[in-house]
Amino acid sequence: MSERDWLQLVIYFGSLTLLTPLLGGWMHRVYSDGSHWLKSILGPIERLLYRLGGCDPTAPMNWRQYAGALLAFNLLGFLVLLGLQLLQHRLPFNPQDLPAVPLELAVNTAMSFMTNTNWQAYSGEAVMSYLTQFAGLTVQNFLSAATGMAVLLALARGLAAREGTSLGNFWADLVRSVLYILLPLSLIFAVVLVSQGVVQTFSPYATVVSLEGSPHSIPLGPAASQIAIKQLGTNGGGFFGANSAHPFENPNPLTNFLEMLAILLLPAGLVNLYGRMVGSRRHGWALYGAMLALLLMTLAIGLAGEFQPNPSFGGLANLEGKETRFGIVNSVLWAGATTAASNGSVNAMHDSLSPLGGLMCLVNLVLGEVVFGGVGAGLYGMLMYVIITVFIAGLMVGRTPEYLGKKIGKTEIIWAMIATLVPFAFLLVFSAIAAVSAPGLASLNNQGPHGLSEILYAFASMVGNNGSAFAGLNANTSFYNNLGTIALCVGRFAVILPALAIAGAMAPKKISPPSSGTFPTDGPMFLVLLVFVVLIVSGLTHFPALTLGPIVEHFLLGRTF
Amino acid sequence: MKTFLVSARFLLVLTLLTGGLYPLLVTGIARVSFPHQAEGSLLNHGTNLVGSALFSQRTTGPTYFWPRPSAGDDGTNYVTVASSASNKGPTAGDWTTNVLQRIDDFRKAHALAPGIPVPADMVFASGSGLDPHISPASARIQLQRVATARKLDAQQRQRLDAEVEARIEPPTLGFLGEPRINVLQLNLAVDAIFKAGSP
Repeated sequence: MSERDWLQLVIYFGSLTLLTPLLGGWMHRVYSDGSHWLKSILGPIERLLYRLGGCDPTAPMNWRQYAGALLAFNLLGFLVLLGLQLLQHRLPFNPQDLPAVPLELAVNTAMSFMTNTNWQAYSGEAVMSYLTQFAGLTVQNFLSAATGMAVLLALARGLAAREGTSLGNFWADLVRSVLYILLPLSLIFAVVLVSQGVVQTFSPYATVVSLEGSPHSIPLGPAASQIAIKQLGTNGGGFFGANSAHPFENPNPLTNFLEMLAILLLPAGLVNLYGRMVGSRRHGWALYGAMLALLLMTLAIGLAGEFQPNPSFGGLANLEGKETRFGIVNSVLWAGATTAASNGSVNAMHDSLSPLGGLMCLVNLVLGEVVFGGVGAGLYGMLMYVIITVFIAGLMVGRTPEYLGKKIGKTEIIWAMIATLVPFAFLLVFSAIAAVSAPGLASLNNQGPHGLSEILYAFASMVGNNGSAFAGLNANTSFYNNLGTIALCVGRFAVILPALAIAGAMAPKKISPPSSGTFPTDGPMFLVLLVFVVLIVSGLTHFPALTLGPIVEHFLLGRTF
Repeated sequence: MKTFLVSARFLLVLTLLTGGLYPLLVTGIARVSFPHQAEGSLLNHGTNLVGSALFSQRTTGPTYFWPRPSAGDDGTNYVTVASSASNKGPTAGDWTTNVLQRIDDFRKAHALAPGIPVPADMVFASGSGLDPHISPASARIQLQRVATARKLDAQQRQRLDAEVEARIEPPTLGFLGEPRINVLQLNLAVDAIFKAGSP
């Protein structure tokens, strides 16, 4: 690695750490009822939205009401997106006359975008009409991210509540997340992207005749508006099939840096927001520290692997699947950030990464998408681990475990275990089915351990609501579309519902003042313990599978370390 | 039931906001402020559209600089909708054979002396299949072939050298990304300087 490589890493993580408290502070003002400058401009629109929606934004909701509103809203969003895909050939804004999306693919895609995953078994430019892209997929990019933020807010309120039952109002959380956070950031970001060359137009594809006289098409479309939110909202679904490796999605190193920063920006900011909401900014920083530590650990593995040349070709740098303008370091950094943050956009093809590079991605996925993770989703997932951590700490010293002054009981532990283990079970069982069945194996683009990695990656990505892929796998088959739809749904709601149930169970509990026996959750001891709990729970579950995939492949290349 | 009604109403208004107003607003701003970029940064060659400044295209003739190999290039078509990558893992046998063949072909086409390595970007396919750039080393190594094919004299050869060096884009802001050179724009410039196709 050159000095410039190191410099890019330092500037990236430095920028992220500096922006985190700024964004956290901004979001704290948005969600508390006070006034802020954007509210004085957009306040009338916010009130209009509540009136059109027909709800009172100050009405308190208990956890069942909150979960009910969330599920109803997500179900309708799913159905509308499904309908748009099935009818796109009869609807306007389809200049390429693309046909209706096939049913199984459409169901999978609707589930994928509604769950903030953006797993794509298709190439956008060849399958989705402009209307489906901007009025369907873009919309769910916003709404699934806002849903994740809402769940986190509800959980934070439940944990910090002083003997109440209200978790806030789902509609108010949804509207404020969209109006004051996601939309303004996306608008600014989209315009910056266009200025750098990202396309934004409703014109049909351009036809050109190359220098050597062969005609070809240049795909266009309203891409920038979708790319801005897919990066910011940890969605990750590319407008074009090649995602952010495509020159129209990510034309130069500057857009690459900004898009990469956007991947972790909101998940990191939300950790800071959480610290403020529960009244301990130090606890927020401890969580940030644990996430950053886990990310840097896996990144080190990825960088070590990717900078070693493939022995089959002498000393040639590993550039298969990578873009010249980004080089190796930006490809690995993006791959690490996007798999940690459940974003799933890619700027290099993960299938062609070195075995250790692929291992980095897989480990990030199977940690359960809690290392920054999805917008909202990463942190409420991590809080499940936090509950387990304080439980274990309590067992070690023989005291009733407490978190933020509230006693952790049997109910909370059971829900936390469901949220961490159920998705893992689906990941491993579905991968096992694929690895021994003909339709599962027929989709492979690589043989041997790399083929197993393709399968593991696919289900880890869908269960984790990440959306990136070892893209050689042909995912557009009945087998992967249908099993995938289930994996996507379980991965999302088997965590959301326990999180809300825990919020509901914790909200009425008394907050007792810290005593000498309280395990402090804002120091380095907590940070280290949390990191190890995450590594052990996920490691014990997945290590055998990883051994047969990327780890064997690493040895097959004739290397020890 | 009331929850579903409220959900439907919020879904409708938020769709209008994020799926209607927002993309239209971005499109409007783009059309006014950055019309060239928003429409794909298309380039003209004479009066014809020849490509996009951000897309690579296949040039295989000896008078042109070559782009990186593309998994979307099957020898007859250069697929741009949808573009593709090989997605081959580092131990894939068929892919290894393919790359070794490319190394061999590139060495022969440029008469490389043993010991001079082939630049990695010229034998590994990009992720987008449309990578518009090659590394400066790859451009320099192709110079001699282009100069010979275009029958350039010593002075013209110097002019070509200077053109390549002038077109190398350094890392953005001095530290972001890699130094690179845009192949289509280089080829267009070379055509303009030395007249299309002929010396």
